[in-house]
Amino acid sequence: MRKPRVATVSLAGCFGCHMAFLDMDERLVTLMERVEFDRSPLTDIKTFRSRCEIGIIEGGACNEENVHTLIEFRKNCDVLIALGQCAIMGGLPAMRNAIMHSDDPLRECMEEAYLTGPYLRNLTRHVPNDPALPLILDKVYPCSDIVDIDIQIPGCAPSGDIIFDTLTALLDGTFTGFDRQHLRFD
Amino acid sequence: MTDAFTFQIDGVEVTAQPGQTIMEAADAAGIYIPRLCDHEGLRHQGGCRVCTVKAGGRSVAACTQPAEAALEVENDTEARRRVRRDLVEMLFHGGNHLCPICEKSGNCELQAMAYRLEMTAPTRFPWLEPCRAVDASHPEIALDTNRCISCGRCIRASQDLDGKGVFGYVGRGIHRRVAVNGADLAHTEAAGADLAMGVCPVGCILRKGEGFSVPIGERVFDDGLIGHEIEAKR
Repeated sequence: MRKPRVATVSLAGCFGCHMAFLDMDERLVTLMERVEFDRSPLTDIKTFRSRCEIGIIEGGACNEENVHTLIEFRKNCDVLIALGQCAIMGGLPAMRNAIMHSDDPLRECMEEAYLTGPYLRNLTRHVPNDPALPLILDKVYPCSDIVDIDIQIPGCAPSGDIIFDTLTALLDGTFTGFDRQHLRFD
Repeated sequence: MTDAFTFQIDGVEVTAQPGQTIMEAADAAGIYIPRLCDHEGLRHQGGCRVCTVKAGGRSVAACTQPAEAALEVENDTEARRRVRRDLVEMLFHGGNHLCPICEKSGNCELQAMAYRLEMTAPTRFPWLEPCRAVDASHPEIALDTNRCISCGRCIRASQDLDGKGVFGYVGRGIHRRVAVNGADLAHTEAAGADLAMGVCPVGCILRKGEGFSVPIGERVFDDGLIGHEIEAKR
């Protein structure tokens, strides 16, 4: 029988949620017996091989490539999961949206990062603008601003327990929600 | 007491004293009604509406509504929980509540309320992402109004307990905000030891020099759901 397929991707995140996968420890083996990984940083496959039962998104959308990837995931996955606070509400990257206290937060962010920051060594003295770089968005968007998200797993990063329990319940068809005693947004 | 009377919360008989609010009687009986603007020792405000219950068929704030004999109160039902969850979610959306970077995380009542009310579904509300200034002018206190939920606890504590009036509301309607009585916090009578600096439910008013003295994972609400101490009385 064909195993359910899982695809994962990290957008504007820190890869911490993917690292949290490893916190499942030996239960990863249990999970691997039940599913097949499709495109994912874990398999290094870059495009969908076939339709997936579960898609897992880490991080929000900060550039146009993130938006394309997110739409691609929605098209190819039955259940789309936003994993962690960045995917759910923008998270740390979203700090550039409003709390920069600037009329032009994106410009100020780029200038501080590449031109005016006190700890810089940028010999080119300009903001990177190679055409190969994806266009950066005006702000960081949570995944649910761009596509429909079915399930959000909270946490920064979510614990191995909540990831394993959620995936197992989804595979068993018994997922009804989380144990509120173990909800964490940090 | 001879004047004591009884009423019902979710079918449970609760005894109240004359003059007690629904919430005061519920607290004494070990029934938790979620609240954010209400705080022990401060006068009731009825501002956040998270404590909204249905009493006698009407939606009222349990923190300000007096208990009445034979009143039937609906508190912990799916309908009430949904209203409260929406209110709490809108508070998250009205400010910039980035739990992973907030020093208050784990001690934050707004966050703890979201856990209790299971705020986990993808959102239906827009993020307002307001642009608000951080006031770090005071040597002992930092003020990050991005996290303010306008509960007014600091206003009441400063006026009634500290006798100072450091904080107050400005503006009306959706523009109503908590402001300080001066150019910035350093130009007010505020002091780090003021009771007003200890009642903020979120990470808006922070005493400096205390950051992360208790690590994430060992904080107040890592220990149990908000309100569990009240429920333990039953």
